[in-house]
Amino acid sequence: MSQVQLTVNGKAVSADVEDRTLLVHLLRDHLNLTGTHVGCDTSQCGACTVHIDGRAVKSCTVLAGQADGASVTTIEGIARGDELHPMQAAFRDNHGLQCGFCTPGMIMSAIDIVSRHGGQLDEATVRHELEGNICRCTGYHNIVKAVLDAAGRMKVAQAAE
Amino acid sequence: MYQTTYHRASSVDEAASLFAKGSEPKYLAGGHTLLPVMKQRLASPSDVIDIARIKDLIGIEVTGDAVTIRAATTHNDVANSAAVQKAIPALAHLASTIGDPAVRHRGTIGGSLANNDPAADYPAAVLALGATIKTNKRTIAADDFFKGLFTTALDDGEMITAVSFPIPAKGGYSKFPHPASRFALTGVFAVKTKAGDVRVAATGAFQGGVARVGAIEAALKTNWAASALDSVTVSADGLMSDIHAAADYRANLIKVMAQRAVQAAG
Repeated sequence: MSQVQLTVNGKAVSADVEDRTLLVHLLRDHLNLTGTHVGCDTSQCGACTVHIDGRAVKSCTVLAGQADGASVTTIEGIARGDELHPMQAAFRDNHGLQCGFCTPGMIMSAIDIVSRHGGQLDEATVRHELEGNICRCTGYHNIVKAVLDAAGRMKVAQAAE
Repeated sequence: MYQTTYHRASSVDEAASLFAKGSEPKYLAGGHTLLPVMKQRLASPSDVIDIARIKDLIGIEVTGDAVTIRAATTHNDVANSAAVQKAIPALAHLASTIGDPAVRHRGTIGGSLANNDPAADYPAAVLALGATIKTNKRTIAADDFFKGLFTTALDDGEMITAVSFPIPAKGGYSKFPHPASRFALTGVFAVKTKAGDVRVAATGAFQGGVARVGAIEAALKTNWAASALDSVTVSADGLMSDIHAAADYRANLIKVMAQRAVQAAG
């Protein structure tokens, strides 16, 4: 057992976990943040995507210990109170989810994509960059629409700040 | 995953001494091969020694004739390095094709090379560019480093600290990615060195892991042009055959990927 200390969604947290604990299990089982999903458990589907120090990673392939001292953001940490994050709002408005299982990972990856590419996003880029996130409903068309819509909203929001 | 003990090393020396104390230790960098294998219970190290945050292992330096990438530098950082893009654009391109964005945020060049997966991308670059592998004990030439499937010249406990790539006159990489895993079904790195030598390495194709392709090198040495390979036949001997591609299909892919690599190199 080891104690890990990290920041999750802006709050300092600590937990005693087995050394073999994966970050996704720390989040779900110890911190009750069950928005982050375990889909394939083999680093392929992206349902477990969270941000570590601002970068999208697959939390099923990171030990909790590796995140010690880091700042982690999950799907629960992106809205401002009752106001959805622009990416969440765009997914809702564009019907970018069907069963919803992949959605938290899609949104966390999509925010990462927009922040890395800024205004340079086009449909081909979004489709290519989402290759690490799998939707078993195959609802990619509206997911891509949502990401492009959100990219515009995030640009506007950034300009307003 | 079986029980293990996690350690985070703050220096190369500390990592090596932790390694020496463990019964069946493993170094952990990005963990994007080791952790999946541990989850499948195909590996059960007594200790994992996290080297990903050792400052001396992170960073990229470009001098007049070489690009040196420290071992724990992520694929994402190599792909997006303006210095690498300028000095060896094919190397930055190669890094940008590994896995997916989240994988590239964690995976490291040193981890990829130490693992020597027969379908990994970096081994093709290292072998074709004639890079030098630096470890905490010595330097190893690319031609002496790869020893077969998942096997390298590294001794037990020896750690890659950096890889130094000579800047070539021309270099290109092209791969036919497995559509699900993005590993190379066949990938070819083709290089014309500043001395006029031609080195071509293929990954994903050979049963023994990355290897140079003499027939392609000979044709390109005579004429550095994709068309120079039109009449070349690559032997299927020693190539992998699996549900994704038969050996003769991979043999043809080596030629086609080599032509695309030469076109990309200009």
